[in-house]
Amino acid sequence: MKLKKGIPVIDQGNKLGFWGGKFGGNFVPETLKKPIEDLEVLFNKLKKDKKFIQERDRYFKNWIGVPTRFIKLENLTRHVGGAQIWSKVVSDANGGAHKVYNATVHCLLAKRSGKKVIIGDTGAGYAGKMLSMAAKKFGLKCKIFMGAKDIARQQPNVKAMKKNGAEVVPVYSGSQTLVDAVSECMRFWVANCDTTAMCIGSTVGPAVFVRICGWSTSQISRELKVQLIDEFGSIPKKLKLYNCVGGGSSSFGFWNEFMDYDKRQCEFIGVEAGGPAKSKKHAAPLTYGSKIGILHGAAQYVNQNSDGQIEETESISAGLDYPGISPLHCFLKDTKRARYTAASDEQALNAYKLVTKFEKLRPSLEPSHAFAVAIAESKKLSKDTIVIVNSCGDAYKDRGILEKRLGKKYVKSN
Amino acid sequence: MLNPISVAFIKAKQENRPALLTYTVAGDSSKKQSLNILKSISKNADILEVGVPHNTPVADGSQIQTSAYRAIKNGIKVNDIFKIVKDFKKFHKNKPIILMGYYNMIFQYGENKFLNKCNLSGVNGLIVVDLPWPENKNFAKKCKKKSIYFIQLLSPTTTTKRLKKIIKDSHPMSYFISMLSTTGGKLKVSPKEIIKNYNKIKKINPKKKVVIGFGITEKTIGKLKSADGLVVGSAICKEISRSLKHRQNPVTNVSKLVKKLKSKIL
Repeated sequence: MKLKKGIPVIDQGNKLGFWGGKFGGNFVPETLKKPIEDLEVLFNKLKKDKKFIQERDRYFKNWIGVPTRFIKLENLTRHVGGAQIWSKVVSDANGGAHKVYNATVHCLLAKRSGKKVIIGDTGAGYAGKMLSMAAKKFGLKCKIFMGAKDIARQQPNVKAMKKNGAEVVPVYSGSQTLVDAVSECMRFWVANCDTTAMCIGSTVGPAVFVRICGWSTSQISRELKVQLIDEFGSIPKKLKLYNCVGGGSSSFGFWNEFMDYDKRQCEFIGVEAGGPAKSKKHAAPLTYGSKIGILHGAAQYVNQNSDGQIEETESISAGLDYPGISPLHCFLKDTKRARYTAASDEQALNAYKLVTKFEKLRPSLEPSHAFAVAIAESKKLSKDTIVIVNSCGDAYKDRGILEKRLGKKYVKSN
Repeated sequence: MLNPISVAFIKAKQENRPALLTYTVAGDSSKKQSLNILKSISKNADILEVGVPHNTPVADGSQIQTSAYRAIKNGIKVNDIFKIVKDFKKFHKNKPIILMGYYNMIFQYGENKFLNKCNLSGVNGLIVVDLPWPENKNFAKKCKKKSIYFIQLLSPTTTTKRLKKIIKDSHPMSYFISMLSTTGGKLKVSPKEIIKNYNKIKKINPKKKVVIGFGITEKTIGKLKSADGLVVGSAICKEISRSLKHRQNPVTNVSKLVKKLKSKIL
C-alpha cells in the first residue's frame, strides 16, 4: 500500500472508491446507489469548476471567517519547557468548530442539485449545529439526527440547532450515540433520497462523503501553510501536527496540504479517544488494533466483536465517541504517513486544565485529547521543534461535563 | 438438482399464485422460538427468509430493528443461525431457506467459510443488503459455485441501464424493493405503480423470477398478486413484538398471520 505524491489523497481511491484497495468503498443498499452516483458526478464536476471554487471561497471568507488564527502558546511552552507549542485556533470559525466547512459545502451542493431538505447526523452537536446554521443561510429545511445520550450531554449545541430552525430527531436505538445517529440518518435518506440531500458529519460513510468532507476541511491546512510561511519564512524543518481523531474530519483537513512532505520533516499525530482510564471500552480503533469491518457504507478499522457486531464505545467526548474511523486515516496509518495514539478521558481533562490555566484558549474535550499527547511529547522535544495542535472546537458546549468533572472554577474562569 | 427456491416458484406458478416469502429474524426472541416459528409457518410460506441480525442496520425500519436487537440481546451468534437452519432442514428438507443480512457478518466469518457453512446447513440463497452490484460480482460468483442463489436487490432508483446490467449478472431470483423506504415503511406508492415498475424489470428477462418486498402487509398483499413472489417481513416481526408484549405465544400468532397472508394471494 502506497501513498501517491502530487495527487490529493481524497482522489487516490480506486474505481470502486477503495483507498489502498481495501478501505472505504460503497457498501450501501441498492436504493442509495443512484443518489450517491449523482452526488459523485456533481462533486467531481464542481470541484474543478472555478466559479464554484470562488463561490465556496467567498462563503468561507465572508461567512465562516477565514483564516482562523495561528498563535503561539507562549506560557504553555514555557511551562512545558521543550518544543514550541502553537495552536491553529479553528474554533474561531463561525459556529465554533471545523464542522462548518463540510456543512457549507454540502449545502452548496444541495442547492445545485435542487434539493430542498438537508439531513445530517451529529455526535458532539457541532456537525448538527453547523449544518443547521448553513441550512438556514441557504434556505434549506434541516433535520438533525442525534443519539439520545448525546442530546442529554451536549445541550448547548442542541439549543443552537433548534434556534436555527432545525428539527432535532432523538435516536434511541443501540448505544444512543453518534454511531446510531449516523445509522438513523442513512435510513432516513434511504426512504427520502428523491427529495433530500444528506450531509455526513465527518470523513466517514460511502466514499463520496469521505471525499467531500476531506475536501472541505482541507481549508484548515491551506490556511496554515500560508501562516507558517508568514511566520517562519518557510515550512519549519521540524514540524509536528497534533489532532484529535474521531471520524477524522478535522485531522485530515489539518494535514492534507502537508501530505507530500517527508514525515521526518512534517509528522502527523492523530489522537484517538481512549475512554475512561479504568474502562476497557474506548473509541480508538487505530490505537488498539481493531479489525477491518464494514460500518456505515465503508470498510475501515472498527471496534467489533468476532461475529461482526459493532461494539459500543465510551468516551467523555461525544465528538470522538465513534467505533469506526475514516478510511482516509486507515490508509494513512497503513502507509505509515501518520502515527496514531490515544488519550484517556482523564488525560484530556488534565490537558484542558493546563491549557486554560496558561492560555486564553479553551479547547473542547475533543482537541483536549490532542493537547494531552502534544504536551506530554513536547517535553522531550528540542526547542526548534514546532508543535501545532488543532484546537478544532470550543469548550462552550462542554460546560456541563467540565463543571461536573472539574468543578465550577474551570467553567467560570473562561 | 434444481435449487429448492426455483422449485418453490414452479409450484406456486402451477397453483396460479405468487410465492409467499416470509422474513423472520434468527434468534427472535430466542433460538428455540425462532426455530419453532419457522417450522410452524413453513406450512403456508413457500420460501423462508431468515434474517441475520446486525446492530447497525442501515436499511431496516423499526420493526425489524426491534427484532434484531432482541435476538442479539438474547445472545444469537452466526453459528447459532446455521444451527437453526440445519435443525429446520432436518424437519423440512426441501423448504428453501434464504439468509438475509449485512455484509460485515459474512466478511468477519470469511466469505468461503460462510458459504461452506451455508452448504452444510442447507441454506439455498443469500441476500446481502449492503453489497450492491457491481461490488457483489465476486461474491455472487462464489455463491454460484456452491449452488447458492445470490439474490440481487433492485430499487425504484435503479436506472434502466443499471437494471439491465444487474439482471444480466443475476441468478434465477431477484428482489425488487417496492418503494423508497427502509423495511416496513408505510406503502407510499400505489400497488398499481409498484406492479408497473415490476413489469419493467420482468420485461428485461421474463424467465428470471422477481419478488417484491418492503411495506407489504395483509392489507396490500392481495393487490400485488401478479408478481412471482411477495415478501412479508416487518408485519411478522411486529406480530412477534405484539405477542410478547401481551404475553401471548408468538409461534401461534405468527402462524395465524402467515396463514391469513396466504389466503389473500390464492
